[in-house]
Amino acid sequence: MSINRREFLKLAGFSTVMGLTGSSVVDELLKTKAEASQVLVDEKALSAKRWAMVIDTSKFKTEEDYKSVIQACHSIHNVPDIGNPKDEVKWIWTDTYEHTFPGQENEYIPEGIKHKPFLLLCNHCYNPPCVRVCPTKATFKRKDGIVMMDQHRCIGCRFCMAACPFGARSFNWRDPRPFIKETNPEYPTRTKGVVEKCTFCFERLARGLKPACVEKSNGGLIFGDLSDPKSEVRKVLSAHYTIRRKPEIGTQPSVYYIIGTGGNENA
Amino acid sequence: MYDGGKIIVGLIIFVGLVTFPILYNMGKPAAMPELKLNTPEIQQLQEKHCVESKEYMRANHMQLLNDWRDWAVRDGKRVYVNSEGKHFTISLQDTCMHCHSNKKEFCDRCHTYANVKPYCWSCHLAPKEKET
Amino acid sequence: MLEKALTGSRRYWVWIFFLLAVIGTGFICYLRQFDYGLGITGMSRDVSWGFYISQFTFLVGVAASAVMLVIPYYLHDYKTFGKVVILGEFLAVSAVTMCILFIFVDLGQPMRVLNVILYPTPNSILFWDMIVLNGYLFLNIVIGWTTLGADRKGVPPPGWVKPLIYLSIPWAISIHTVTAFLYAGLPGRHFWLTAVMAARFLASAFASGPALLIILCLIVRKVSKFDPGKEAVQALGKIVTYAMFANVFLLGLEFFTAFYSQIPGHMHPFEYLYVGLEGHGKLVPLMWISSIFAVVALIMLVNPNMRKKESALAFACVTVFISLWIDKGFGLVVGGFVPNPFEGVTEYWPTLPEALITLGVWAIGFLILSILYKVAVTVREETSSWPSLH
Repeated sequence: MSINRREFLKLAGFSTVMGLTGSSVVDELLKTKAEASQVLVDEKALSAKRWAMVIDTSKFKTEEDYKSVIQACHSIHNVPDIGNPKDEVKWIWTDTYEHTFPGQENEYIPEGIKHKPFLLLCNHCYNPPCVRVCPTKATFKRKDGIVMMDQHRCIGCRFCMAACPFGARSFNWRDPRPFIKETNPEYPTRTKGVVEKCTFCFERLARGLKPACVEKSNGGLIFGDLSDPKSEVRKVLSAHYTIRRKPEIGTQPSVYYIIGTGGNENA
Repeated sequence: MYDGGKIIVGLIIFVGLVTFPILYNMGKPAAMPELKLNTPEIQQLQEKHCVESKEYMRANHMQLLNDWRDWAVRDGKRVYVNSEGKHFTISLQDTCMHCHSNKKEFCDRCHTYANVKPYCWSCHLAPKEKET
Repeated sequence: MLEKALTGSRRYWVWIFFLLAVIGTGFICYLRQFDYGLGITGMSRDVSWGFYISQFTFLVGVAASAVMLVIPYYLHDYKTFGKVVILGEFLAVSAVTMCILFIFVDLGQPMRVLNVILYPTPNSILFWDMIVLNGYLFLNIVIGWTTLGADRKGVPPPGWVKPLIYLSIPWAISIHTVTAFLYAGLPGRHFWLTAVMAARFLASAFASGPALLIILCLIVRKVSKFDPGKEAVQALGKIVTYAMFANVFLLGLEFFTAFYSQIPGHMHPFEYLYVGLEGHGKLVPLMWISSIFAVVALIMLVNPNMRKKESALAFACVTVFISLWIDKGFGLVVGGFVPNPFEGVTEYWPTLPEALITLGVWAIGFLILSILYKVAVTVREETSSWPSLH
């Protein structure tokens, strides 16, 4: 029996396809999940329908107030201090009113606000553009509203950085490890070539703890469930006039700001 | 055969190159690595048992870690209940490596032998080891 | 047919080895980038895309422009393009290959690139871009190779390519539309958030692509016995003229909207690019060169007497190409990131390794182009004495 080239190629193609699908069938049959094992959410875990944060800027008075909050976040999450703006990685930081709320500045706002630092972090938008553009679902929105990063899956295309209207995302332009002064052994670092940002301390919420920055803020940062009318954030929001960054873009940030100088009006 | 000599020489060189790794390692059987399970942390355990059976872990730890990763990071579920009903916190760094605090003699030995290079450690921190 | 690329004059081989040397240099730089990370480039937290992505954007246009030959030839039976259509298709193959490579070298974790297929995400425009680019590459390789192969044997192309050719027309439009959607759908980037982005992309593509093709036709005529035809070159020249006018018109619309509305966010990127913002203006000279070149080219192209002189046409095409390369292959991407989301200005300029990697990818494109053109030209030289099939 002899076959010509055309038949051989047909046969080869057919066997390849069968081989490929066949092996996946075998994989399915040998499904490796251990029998009777299951996964649960920790009983202590804090849960919400939509996590949100209110930043009461009047509670932040000294440089130390900002520093302790930033330090708390960056040290437990192994955020590197690279020391140059080009390669900078940051999860929570400060900037001026003008830069925090572009378009909402005016010449005659009180001096105490004009020169006051404002805390910035990921807004965990209800309608996040970064999630919309990610080609691998490496960034995604959890059921509790947290806009999460899965660094295992990130390919480093930085589409999310172009899409984020709030400059909340940092890219690891180089290996961050040499720039972490003291590593927290309980949390991973990142590797070069992936994007990172604030996660509302998802790892602490899972253990029943509030975000690290909230814990260190002396009441300046209020954290809770936006969909629960009895939550602390909702109480604060109904008692104070608050603003959000770039509301006109329609991303629905979950971070609210109470604007106040904290008694430094004469400064 | 037209240009037969050249073709045969070429074939011999090709076969030689392709089979080089096999020929080179012939008669030098690499010893099966022996994994060390006697870390101080494991010795302190009342019951020396991993999250699943030894056989299961040996064959499927990579799949288990894959699942753990997705459950913890993507689904926010951090408690693993094994086939015997025991609970474990899902964490490579804080659960696995807590007992297996000897990455070099545990993970690396076998991975080096099998020539696999998982990229876990470019982010996850390995426990601090005493140089032995 | 590929064997035709293995024999050639001394000049051909010098060119091939020159390209290989440039590729080699780029590859060495890429290995360095692979090891160190993308920090080796001039990109930063604020300007997070740079040269690589802007080259990709520009080259998608060059690739899409093949449709400007396919439509007249296959839909309107415009026989004059019979000889050049293959050159357009092979140019598309080389340009799309460069596009894919530029995306690849821009990735922070290139080893994970298959995640795009393993976790398909239809809401991401990048996912669709991957599909249309690879599809377009496939279409042009198959169409170009098959029609050339048929030509060589002196038979008409097989019937099954016809549907593929028709499919390649909307497909060409789609690659550049989808690429424009990468930018035009992002909230908070005022410079890119414009409905005419895709239209502008297509207009600039249909100017820059055929301009390059004219230059290539003239080179092919000079170095081989194959002549794409004077009339074909002239017809291409008209396409470049119309498309360039459309492009400048659409750019003018952007200027009007920004500066008549006086919305700061819309004006700032234009100010940064053309006059400088807050004392920063690294791109200003380049953008003015682009504008002046565009005007010079248009004056030359719109004048039929000048356009008919091939030397003047060639000059105009070079200026069109450079003008559009600066505009789209540099200014467009950087302008989107300046000012940053905090209304601050961070400037961008490529580093040496970044430029060498970019050159390396271009050289890969030109290598593919040279090989494919060598094949096409040799086949055409052999068959040129035969009576026409059409």
